[in-house]
Amino acid sequence: MKKIFSLLLALTMIFALAAVSAPAASAETTVKAGFIFLHDENSTYDLNFINAAKEACEKLGVEYLFKTGIPEGQECADAAEELIDEGCNFIFADSFGHEPFLLQVAKDYPEVQFCHATGTQAHTAGLDNYHNGFASIYEGRFLGGVAAGLKLNEMIEAGAITPEQAKVGYVGAFPYAEVKSGYTSFFLGVRYICPSATMEVTFTNSWYDPTLEKEGATKLINNGCVLISEHADSMGAPTECEANNVPFVFYNGSAADACPGTFIVASRIDWAPYMEHAMTCTANGEAIEADWTGTLATGSVKMTEINENAAAAGTAEKLEEVEAKLASGELKVFDTATWTVGGQTLTEYLADVDDMGDFVPETNVIADGYFHESEYRSAPYFDIDIDGITNIDA
Amino acid sequence: MNNKTKTPLFHVSRRAALPWYKTWAIRGAALLLALVLSGIITSLVTGEDPFAVYGAIWKGSFGTTRKFWVLLQNIAMLLCVSLAVTPAFRMRCWNLGAEGQALIGGLASAACMITLADKLPNWAVILCMIVTSLLAGAIWAGIPAFFKARFNTNETLFTLMMNYVATQLVAYYCVVWESPKGSGTIGIINPKTQIGWLPQFPSQKYLLNVVVVAVVCVLVYIYLNYSKHGYEIAVVGESERTARYVGIKVEKVIIRTMLLSGAICGLAGLLLVGSTNHTLTTTIVDGRGFTAVMVSWLAKFNPVWMILTSFLLVFLGRGAGEIATKFGLNRSFGDILTGIILFCIIGSEFFINYEIKLTRGAGKEG
Repeated sequence: MKKIFSLLLALTMIFALAAVSAPAASAETTVKAGFIFLHDENSTYDLNFINAAKEACEKLGVEYLFKTGIPEGQECADAAEELIDEGCNFIFADSFGHEPFLLQVAKDYPEVQFCHATGTQAHTAGLDNYHNGFASIYEGRFLGGVAAGLKLNEMIEAGAITPEQAKVGYVGAFPYAEVKSGYTSFFLGVRYICPSATMEVTFTNSWYDPTLEKEGATKLINNGCVLISEHADSMGAPTECEANNVPFVFYNGSAADACPGTFIVASRIDWAPYMEHAMTCTANGEAIEADWTGTLATGSVKMTEINENAAAAGTAEKLEEVEAKLASGELKVFDTATWTVGGQTLTEYLADVDDMGDFVPETNVIADGYFHESEYRSAPYFDIDIDGITNIDA
Repeated sequence: MNNKTKTPLFHVSRRAALPWYKTWAIRGAALLLALVLSGIITSLVTGEDPFAVYGAIWKGSFGTTRKFWVLLQNIAMLLCVSLAVTPAFRMRCWNLGAEGQALIGGLASAACMITLADKLPNWAVILCMIVTSLLAGAIWAGIPAFFKARFNTNETLFTLMMNYVATQLVAYYCVVWESPKGSGTIGIINPKTQIGWLPQFPSQKYLLNVVVVAVVCVLVYIYLNYSKHGYEIAVVGESERTARYVGIKVEKVIIRTMLLSGAICGLAGLLLVGSTNHTLTTTIVDGRGFTAVMVSWLAKFNPVWMILTSFLLVFLGRGAGEIATKFGLNRSFGDILTGIILFCIIGSEFFINYEIKLTRGAGKEG
């Protein structure tokens, strides 16, 4: 009995000693990141996120787990909980429809940080651990538009088209703010360089449908569009442009390998700066902003290499010049002097910034002569139909 | 020496019924083979120690309390759909439309939750959900049943096609009821008011489904084995002519049984939408309508054995998913493993029913 007692005592002391000598918990937390992707590497959209996640985690030395092919349903909540089970204290989801499910999980795990790309509800959800991130990609699209405008001018000068024939086409996913903001900024970029330009838009009503995107491009080309851009996530439109020898401006990443003859340039969001920022905050125990909008300055909005085969001469220099003007604030993408609605210049506009499920616009977003995109929340809310753009599906 | 007739090396012949321990030995061997194969393939792909692979399979179901509950929930839902198809299967009526019947039940539930939320009190909404989802599932199965009973159409193709109709209907309503705007998905229904959310046991969000399905399991067992209806189903399954001869109204039995089948599927839809997921997507049933066919077959249409076969399929499926995450592989890798496992398990049924005999005398004289 005595032996057992002394043994127990000895053990207790050893454990007590071990507990004391263990390093005191510092304010810094070790981050383990879990990422939830809608598709896998075959989607240009998700590939852009996957690359950014790897880059950010490797740079910070953070351990990470990926869940690919997670639909926008209960599966997203399950995936998040499984990642938390694996010890993740930072969860990132990449698709708009993941938001309600991620929010639900965020309520149950206040000690875990949740970041959601492209979402709209963080600033009204009232949770300290749930955040939205996006980037001022409209600036990137505007630059893409500038490159397209230069190409149009080159075609006009070469006599290939008349100024009136300078019509561009745009294959969009859904007719919602994110896409509208994108194609409007692209169009304003085109017109900044080529004032006679007009634009036609068609929608696929899907984020990823190679066939529909290809058919959309065909339709626009048949309608006489001489240059194409797009906002959907497959290679459908680019391959059709290459087949028809129609130049195009891309999104999400370069298509120079697949379409060497027609790819001009692409804009993309680099998500790595946001991921790095949010993970660093998590590690240091600092609060992450409810909304974070990356810009040209943070390195979140990027242009790919220009493909000299397809781009007009002097594109690189012009883009550099316009980028500097955007960065300094001298040039505003949505300057109300450059666009009209029904022939009128807008001086105020209510947008549905607080997404309460009611679709009721409540915030005036035009002031100081321009539309304040992505300032009141990170996700775009520009949803105005401006003059010069025709929706051919309407 | 010169009469060289070509004799095949082996031939396949039907077995006489095997004793139960031999059939289970064959099934056990198949499972073992499945595990060895998936271990080898995962090790080859990832370079990991195969025992880590088995550890991951185990952890997929029993790694944490939450995973264990998810396991139970998945077993319950798969079992529910399997119980639904079983009465029809016993009648040799191949209802392959469970996926659509459950989906349409879910659609009915979601419709009540969304459209009645501000019109009726919570209890009335839930009552409407229960009634409409069971009814919707029953109708979805009743249509092919009517045509089979009346015009002797092929129920396999008919029920299969009804799945696509249900999926497209749900896809349509996902856009009509989308929230948030632009997502093309319904999101979580009534997140603040929680109207139409089925009541939960305190802090156990999956327990309700488990309990409900356990009760259904017992009821179906009794119905099939100890009721007049159950007996009629068995007779129709053995021989329609015999059934007619003894005065059973075969058409009535077909329609009645399919209505029951559909209603239980509708219940599965109700539980998925109202109790656990609180949303509706085209993939909410998650292929259970088809997996259920296997669950029911492997258990020889016995509701009690089906608990075991559901467990087996869910356990292996979750293990495969765990491997994919743990070793940083694409989610499709989990599907590959599930495929290997199912191939082995289904293959084992072949060896239970048939034997392969090496042809004797091929190399022997005399």
